[in-house]
Order: sequence, then C-alpha cells, then structure tokens
Amino acid sequence: MSTVADRPTDVTSSISGPAPSGGTGASRSVRRVLFWLTLLVLTVIFVAPLLWMVVTSFKNPSAAITSNAYSWIPNPFTGTSYKTLVTNGSFPVFRWFLNSLLAGLGNTILILIVDSMAAYALARLDFPGKKFIFGTIVGTIFIPSFVFLIPNFLIVSQLGWLDSLWAIIVPSAGGAFGVFFLRQFFSTLPRELEEAAVIDGANQWTVFTRVVIPLARPALATLAVLSFLTNWNDFLWPIYVLFTAPNLTLPAGLQNLQSAATTNYPLIMAGAVVASVPVLILFIIAQRQVIESVARSGLKG
Amino acid sequence: MATTVAEARPAHGGAGRPANKPVPKHGRATPYLFLVPYLVLFLGFIAIPAIYGIWISLHDYDYLLPNQPWNGLANYTQLFTSTGRDAADFWHSMEATGIFTLCSVPFLVTLPLGVALIINRKFPGRTFFRAAFFAPYVLGVAVVGLLFRFLLSPRGGVVNGYLNDIGIHSNPPWITQLPWAWISLVAMTVWWTLGFNAIIYLAGLQDISPELYEAADIDGAGSWQKFRNVTLPGLRPVLLFVLTLTILASANMFGQAFLVTNGAPANQTRTAIMEIANVGLKQYRQGAAAAMSYILAIVLILISLVNFRLFRTNQDT
Repeated sequence: MSTVADRPTDVTSSISGPAPSGGTGASRSVRRVLFWLTLLVLTVIFVAPLLWMVVTSFKNPSAAITSNAYSWIPNPFTGTSYKTLVTNGSFPVFRWFLNSLLAGLGNTILILIVDSMAAYALARLDFPGKKFIFGTIVGTIFIPSFVFLIPNFLIVSQLGWLDSLWAIIVPSAGGAFGVFFLRQFFSTLPRELEEAAVIDGANQWTVFTRVVIPLARPALATLAVLSFLTNWNDFLWPIYVLFTAPNLTLPAGLQNLQSAATTNYPLIMAGAVVASVPVLILFIIAQRQVIESVARSGLKG
Repeated sequence: MATTVAEARPAHGGAGRPANKPVPKHGRATPYLFLVPYLVLFLGFIAIPAIYGIWISLHDYDYLLPNQPWNGLANYTQLFTSTGRDAADFWHSMEATGIFTLCSVPFLVTLPLGVALIINRKFPGRTFFRAAFFAPYVLGVAVVGLLFRFLLSPRGGVVNGYLNDIGIHSNPPWITQLPWAWISLVAMTVWWTLGFNAIIYLAGLQDISPELYEAADIDGAGSWQKFRNVTLPGLRPVLLFVLTLTILASANMFGQAFLVTNGAPANQTRTAIMEIANVGLKQYRQGAAAAMSYILAIVLILISLVNFRLFRTNQDT
C-alpha cells in the first residue's frame, strides 16, 4: 500500500485521504482538471477582493464611479488618493498609521516582558500559592472579552487614559493567553542548561535572561506576531476610548474616513490599503508561526 | 498539565545532587518579583474589572450623573419586564445575534472543512494556496468592513456591476434590506474567517493516522465511506472545538454590522455587542450595559456547556 509520502504529486486520490489509484486515464485527468479548477476558483474568491481594493485605490476618484468603475486597470492610474491622505488634515491616515505602529509595538513589548517573567515563575519556580495563581489566570481565558468592556472603560477613564494611546497599549497586556502559552513552552525546555548555569553561580534573573529567553525565541516570536496583529486590528475598544482625530489608531480612523469620504471609494480603499499592507507583510514573513499557532490551538481543544 | 517543580525534579535531577533538593535555588521573594509586573496588569484589567462590572450592574450607574445610587437587581429585572427601558431593544439585539449565529455557523463549520480536505492533499504550491486562503483573516474587521461596504454598495459596487453584466438587473439591496443584509454579513464573515477554521481542521486531518486509511483501502472502502468512517470520527474533538469557537465568535459579532449595515434596516441587524456598547459607551448608562453583558455571557456559557454535553453523549452511542 502506498502512503502519502510515496505519492507526493498524486492529486487524484480521494478527498478524504490516500486512496488506491483507480479509474481510467481519462477519468483521472478529468478529476485532476476539476481539482485545479476548484483551487483556482477558491483563490480568486479570496484574493480578488484584496486586489480590487488595491486597484481601486489607484483610480481617479471621479472616474471610479462612472466609466472606469468596473475596470481592473485604473485609467488614469493615479496616486491622488494617497496624496489626499497625506495632505488633508481631517483624516490624517499617516498619523493614525504611526499611532497604530506605536501602540502595537508598545503593547507587544509590554506583553513579551511581563508574560515571559510570569510564565518563567509559573513554569520553573516553586512557591506557595502557585497553583491558585496559575488556576485563576487560566480560568479568565474563558470569560468573554465583552464582559470587560464597560468596567475597563471606567477604569481607563479613572486613570486619565481616555483619548490616549495608553488605553490601547496597557489594558490588553493583562490578558492570560500569553502567560499560558509561554508557560507551556517553558515547561518543555530541558532543565540541564539552567541547572548548569546555577552551578556556575548564576542567579534566577541571569538564568532567565541568559538561558531561558534565548531558548524560547521561537515561542516569543510567535507571541509577538499574534499580539501585534491583534492590537493592530482591534476595533471595538479604540472606537470608544479614542475621540480626537490625531489620537486615533487606524481601525478607528478608517471608520471616520468612511463617514467623511462617503462615496469617494478610491480614497477609502487607499486608507484600507495603508491599514492592510503592514499586516500582510508581517503575515508573509511570519506565515509559519501564525499558521502553526492557529493549528496547534485546535489539537488541544 | 500542572506538573509542579517538585514532581518533575527526580526525572531531571543530576546524578551528583540530592534528588529532592530544589535546584536551582532562589530566595522566597524571587518568584513573586517575577510575577508582580504581570499580576498588576492582570488584577487591574482582568480580575478587578470582572468583579467591578458586577458592582456597576447593581447601581444606577450613569457616567453623567453626580452620583451612582445602588439599585439592586433593577438593571437586570428591567430587562425581563416588558415595560423596562432597555428590554425591547436588548432582546431585539439578542435575536439579531441569534439569527446571525444560526445563519453563519453552519457555513463556518462546513466550508472550511471542505477547503481543509482540498489543501490536505499533496500538490505543488500547497503552501501558497494555504496562505492565500488564510490571508483575509490577518486583516482587521475595519478593513474587511470598508472593503465589503464598497463591493456591495448599490452605486459603484462591483458585485451588482457583475450581476448586471450577466443579465441580473435587480440590483439587490445588499446592505439596506433583509434578507440581503444577513446574506452580506454572513458571506463577508465566511470570507474573512474561513481560513482560520480551515487551518484548525487541517491540523486535525494531519493528526489522523494514515494506517486507518490504508486499512479502509484494504476493506475496499470508497471515498465517501472513508470520509464518513475514518475522517469524521478522527476529527470529532477538533469539530467540537471549531463549533464552540465559531458559535462564540459569531455571538460576538460587532464590527461587520457596525461598519457595513450599521444595524440597518431599522436596527434589525444591530447585534447584542452593538447594543451593549451603545447603551454603555454612547448613552453612558454603564449599569444597564454591564447587566446586559453578564446576561449575554451567561447565555454563551450555557450554550457552550450544552454543546460539550451533546457531543459527549453522541460519542457514547
């Protein structure tokens, strides 16, 4: 019997797994064509809207809703919309871009520092109350996030963080996911290196920063990418805690852009492109980490 | 899962050291010093808010009033009295959330499985296609919302443009009338999140032992029989996980309706989260909004529990 590995290019096997290669040559090639046709249709469905967004952003605003509306080639090809985004003060998209970048990086760095320290203590150190603390932290993963919306709004308001990036950077770093994720990873690391470092006279902080953190680089990279994506894309929270135009992040700002520009779709799509490009680049670079972390979440469930 | 340091020690302890001595050594305060930065954030923005929310829901909490008097369970009871201030709107929004969940979950559970079965085959360019199908998920709801509002707009929208090209001139009101608005919201959610569920299924498929398929081949099973008797049973835990996660995600729907339909027509697509955010963060009546969020949370927890039970009893039979 053949295995999956034996037949790397066989696309005629049944959809549920490796199958005996049956059928005549003709029916095999028909099935092969159907398979690639399905793939092609799926690719068009998922990629075409994104391409349409980019194409529209380079169209002439007045031409876009008339003759040129359904053309896949912008005629004339123009960067007017991007220029408007830079020069028009009422929707400072590039300011929002910087705000989003700052908030995303700040939030990610904060999460990496506090979560890795806490995860190290929970994975490696022994102390009274450890089980209780870990249990409480993990238990909150199951609370739906909208429960925190109203109380956190009031807490952030008490801290004087309304309409400031602190509201986007700090509160979500209290989430339990990163601690749980890193704690599981630290537990799989071999102890021998840490023990050797201690014998050489290293204290816990040195062991943590010099031994554990370098070994945990893949897990930290994954957590960093996921945290940044989540923060960059967050919508519900920023639209209510940020108010004034220069202080918005991109998702909150895009909503304003939509109401201000109404049917100037090239302009709106240019704003959407500005918000998409960084995460798409990040996804292309860190594709494996993102997809594997999603894949692994299901195997535990 | 919760292997303590003490339990794990003997297996890893070096030969030259007493087996039960905690190594590496650390001061009593050290673990807490490592924990403090995170615990401050955890207490401030997770643990305390979870309790503080209950306190808010028991008060006539109005951000704009000078004081917030205690009013017991009134915020909850008003939701269950037909004359209650928020009762009609709240249950309306719960109904909208229910409709969206019922309409979206079947597609979000089945279509990604089909896509996962396709990518699970070996063919050139597999990694590329996997990434292409997943790509929309890395975009935020703001981008997806703006994009679909444009694609579906009656004026200049490419969807109605193509429909006209193939001879359908009815120009469906995708975002302003029912049932079109629901179709649009479900379709854009499928486009946006299909890749996420597909990747989870794909990992589940790759976890099923190839020997099971070989055994089925020996028994002369066809494709459908193998799917029915090997693939589906093998995916059971993953299916439960995807189903639970998808129900929760759909019940949390906010951005799509907020950006694309804005609740139209006549608030019929206004979801529960939209209602909570509107009452609590636009009308500044936090007491009522907090009460609503706990009711929604309890409903979701009950649904998840029923879900787990149904799947467990299915497994026994």
